[in-house]
Amino acid sequence: MTLVLAIAIGAAFGFVLDRIGATNPNVIIGMLTLRRLNLMKTILLAIGTGSILMFGGQLLGLVDVGHMSVKAAYAGVFIGGLLLGVGWAAAGYCPGTAIGAAATGRRGALIYVVGGLFGAAAYMATYPMWKASGLLDDIAGGKVTLGAVPGSAYEGIWTVQGDLLGIALGAVFVAVAFALPQRLTGDATGRLPAE
Amino acid sequence: MTWDWRLGGVLLGAVFFAAVLLVKPIGVSTQFVILDAIVADVVTPDFITRTADGYTSTNAYMAKSNGKYAGNAANPLNYSFIFVLAMAAGALVSTLLKGGIGQQERRLPAVWRANFGDTPWKHYAVAFAGGFVVLYGARLAGGCTSGHMMSGMMQTSLSGYIFALGAFLAAVPTALFMYRED
Repeated sequence: MTLVLAIAIGAAFGFVLDRIGATNPNVIIGMLTLRRLNLMKTILLAIGTGSILMFGGQLLGLVDVGHMSVKAAYAGVFIGGLLLGVGWAAAGYCPGTAIGAAATGRRGALIYVVGGLFGAAAYMATYPMWKASGLLDDIAGGKVTLGAVPGSAYEGIWTVQGDLLGIALGAVFVAVAFALPQRLTGDATGRLPAE
Repeated sequence: MTWDWRLGGVLLGAVFFAAVLLVKPIGVSTQFVILDAIVADVVTPDFITRTADGYTSTNAYMAKSNGKYAGNAANPLNYSFIFVLAMAAGALVSTLLKGGIGQQERRLPAVWRANFGDTPWKHYAVAFAGGFVVLYGARLAGGCTSGHMMSGMMQTSLSGYIFALGAFLAAVPTALFMYRED
């Protein structure tokens, strides 16, 4: 049953990633150069929608709080984010969109995935060094959410009710998605490069 | 072709919600490690070994968290690995239904050609290095755009916000510096 879900949700994710333009490096670079923010609006709306549905479902008792999986906060999260940001902008792919783009026939994406396999292997080899450095040690409580989510295994860093805060933040993401202009820089034509 | 951002955003959010409703939050970058480990275990058969209550590995990263990654690599037919394979298939179906992407675009994206001319090998070198740095960074961070940024911020996790801040802080200047032409 879990494998049926893996296929169904995975295929839906790949399909949607392709339809929002996320597998297209022209769209990714258009977003990161702030020339075309359509994809940014899509991402913000998605986070907001997901948040409202999940926390709303929890409040109504329809969604199992135990399915949440919160990752730990540590200094390496920020350093890793910086590294990822450089490669994301240079190549125009993140790990998931590159796999999708490679499947659609983009040669650069296939090579990116091979590079990614080497990068992941390099991290496996150098993990003891990071571990010893202390940069993987928890900060601010490690696996924490912004508010305390009732029934969850995670602490909240603020003493507000986490599910209500989640719905409120979800609404903020949706509002920002609508408020964000289509473009911040570049010419005003708003043309999309050929796919 | 590409959906309106409102439709795309709601459907993408619905997929992330469905994942956490039915199974667990979406994540992708761990599966690069799992595939590496599957290959490593074929080349070096003692890379992953069984223990009394699970699996372990000669590699410290694979062995951490009681050999969770080692166990997944030993049993590739698990949810997260199949999820990523299905994701590739979903993207392919979407592209085929819209008639595929052109030969030229598959060889070299338009934005690269506008900035660096017809230099596919340079693009492939940057793509290789980009993939390397991204996956190294994602493993250091413990997740990527899917797991940290999307799933993380959706769950209001602090780590998701820290990750997104780092990623955009580096990505926007890099993109502005490299891609001056639209």
